[in-house]
Amino acid sequence: MSDATVNNLQPKASEVAPALKVRSYWQTVGYRLRYDYMTLFFGFVVILIILSAIFAPLLAPMDPYQSSMLNRLKPIGYKDFILGTDELGRDILSRILYGGRISLTMGILPVFIATVIGGLLGIIAGFVGGRTNMTIMRIMDVFYAFPSILLAVAISGALGGGIFNGMMSLTLVFIPPLCRVAETATSQVRNLDFVEAARATGASTFSIIRVHILGNVLGPILIYSSSLVSVSILIASGLSFLGLGVTPPEPDWGLMLNTLRQAIYIQPVICALPGVAILVTSICFNLVSDGLRSAMDVRM
Amino acid sequence: MDMTETKSALSSVSADDARDRGGKAQPMLIARGLQKHFPITGGILNRTVARIRAVDGVSFTVMKGETLGVVGESGCGKSTLARLLMHLIPPDSGELIFDGEAVAAKDGLEVRDMRRLMQMVFQDSYSSLNPRMPVEDSIAYGQIVHGASNEAAKQAARALMEKVGLDPNLFGPRYPHELSGGQKQRINIARALVLEPRVVILDEAVSALDKSVEAQVLNLLRYLKDVFNLTYVFISHDLNVVQYVSDRVLVMYLGEVVEIGPVDKIYANPKHPYTAALLASRLSMNPDDRVNEPPLIGDPPNPINPPSGCRFRTRCEFAEKICEIETPALPQDVGPMGHACACHMFVAKSGHSKSIMHTAEDVTPSSPAESPS
Repeated sequence: MSDATVNNLQPKASEVAPALKVRSYWQTVGYRLRYDYMTLFFGFVVILIILSAIFAPLLAPMDPYQSSMLNRLKPIGYKDFILGTDELGRDILSRILYGGRISLTMGILPVFIATVIGGLLGIIAGFVGGRTNMTIMRIMDVFYAFPSILLAVAISGALGGGIFNGMMSLTLVFIPPLCRVAETATSQVRNLDFVEAARATGASTFSIIRVHILGNVLGPILIYSSSLVSVSILIASGLSFLGLGVTPPEPDWGLMLNTLRQAIYIQPVICALPGVAILVTSICFNLVSDGLRSAMDVRM
Repeated sequence: MDMTETKSALSSVSADDARDRGGKAQPMLIARGLQKHFPITGGILNRTVARIRAVDGVSFTVMKGETLGVVGESGCGKSTLARLLMHLIPPDSGELIFDGEAVAAKDGLEVRDMRRLMQMVFQDSYSSLNPRMPVEDSIAYGQIVHGASNEAAKQAARALMEKVGLDPNLFGPRYPHELSGGQKQRINIARALVLEPRVVILDEAVSALDKSVEAQVLNLLRYLKDVFNLTYVFISHDLNVVQYVSDRVLVMYLGEVVEIGPVDKIYANPKHPYTAALLASRLSMNPDDRVNEPPLIGDPPNPINPPSGCRFRTRCEFAEKICEIETPALPQDVGPMGHACACHMFVAKSGHSKSIMHTAEDVTPSSPAESPS
């Protein structure tokens, strides 16, 4: 009896406080993103852009390579050309949809590869420290010495034009800054007491890196690399503009800007359209990375 | 704070433990000649230009179930000593014997196994928790590392959170920044206990907390010591706290042990002039005990190039020629509960003019603070 009264007087822990779910760090980030409608919206736009590029053959009203001497540089809404035509009479809308395939690939793939390579190098440099750090970071500094566009131009110039070489040069351009971000984040975390405490529990180096370092370093790296996507699209467009990336008649936003440049006094609106595509994509990527940044900072 | 009444509760700990290997009389920890010199490199070739003698030949024992307080000024090597004991920094020389087994020696106890039995609580409660990990996961991590299943580790973590006075339902899912300093330190203590260690090193574990929280955490530590049959190495610069928690006290100066002994003897009757000065530097609640001069003047000498002979001689008012020539050794033959002091004044016929005067037990040189100015 007395036991029962004691139990009645002292509510169980579950009654005092409703059990909160223990979310891991990434679950928390996901939970926070779910209520960030701005980021969700722009993420949706990014997905829309990517999908429209993937399904370009289904969406494009016309053949992007089909030129017509009669319909050169027509304005928006002329006949069936929803967004007008370019200097060879090709449908701008179709070319922008198709151009997204190359431009987005050039924007995302080099950044992804550079994130993996640069991030890995940076984490190794930051965690091991000492001579390894010196060697890796000084090599990166050599790449850092050149402005990124100049470096991309120089590398693709040396390798020759083409999409593959363009992507390679972009990858090489993005490795040093990503490596630096990863190195800084890692060496900041490495000397904190919780890494020491993890070592004191007998954890292996691999486990410490996987559980404690990656969780704290991946955030800054991912945020930085997602903001690099728009830079990559712009530099890729620049390369195409200079004739180093994509070769005509391949549709690409940068290349379209380049070829339409001559018609800027005849059809300024048409000339601006590929630029608008680049602008919208860049802004969306930047805003998504901004949202990611605030979702990943659990201290806010 | 009157702390003498509650003291006895701390010392009474049974030594019966299933994990015991060396027997009751075997000290839990024996450190012999632990030494760590940090090299300072310079120049283009990164050659060692100097060495910081952070810990320079420290020997002591920690008995089972006791609390050994370690005191000393900032920079005297207290924290380095803690990290040497945990093997977070490999010692240059010296050996560590854990319950009769040499650590990191051939046929001895491996460092990884030793770390299951000895854990550490750090001073900075915030940076010692992963900011991107719910605190429950932080506690559970230790068991997961040692092969427990996720579920079992979480269960243990939740049980320990209750033991340290935090509701696991309420605090488990939180991140460190969502907890107060005292709560974070409770989590850190739980994290240290999750591996069921026998020794916990508390490196300034309560120094960063405000006074009321500090008292709560000290009481918690006392409770946990009884519940888990723990042995503490309590590092602090707060002499009152050390008096409250410790059974024995070890005084460090510039990487060396200058005095070691039972807390009552050291606080009532400090032998070494440095210990006396440290104790005299405590704040007093009694306005009649006002002093106008600091008991010690100046900073400790540079550990890169410590003074010859006795390292304290540059600041000691009893320093004589012999102190410069010869390094006073810490007597090792006083037994585990004895009171030893590394000072020429306490060695008969050492050459110090006061040496004969102090050969008898319990005679102290008058502390500079006690003499009225």
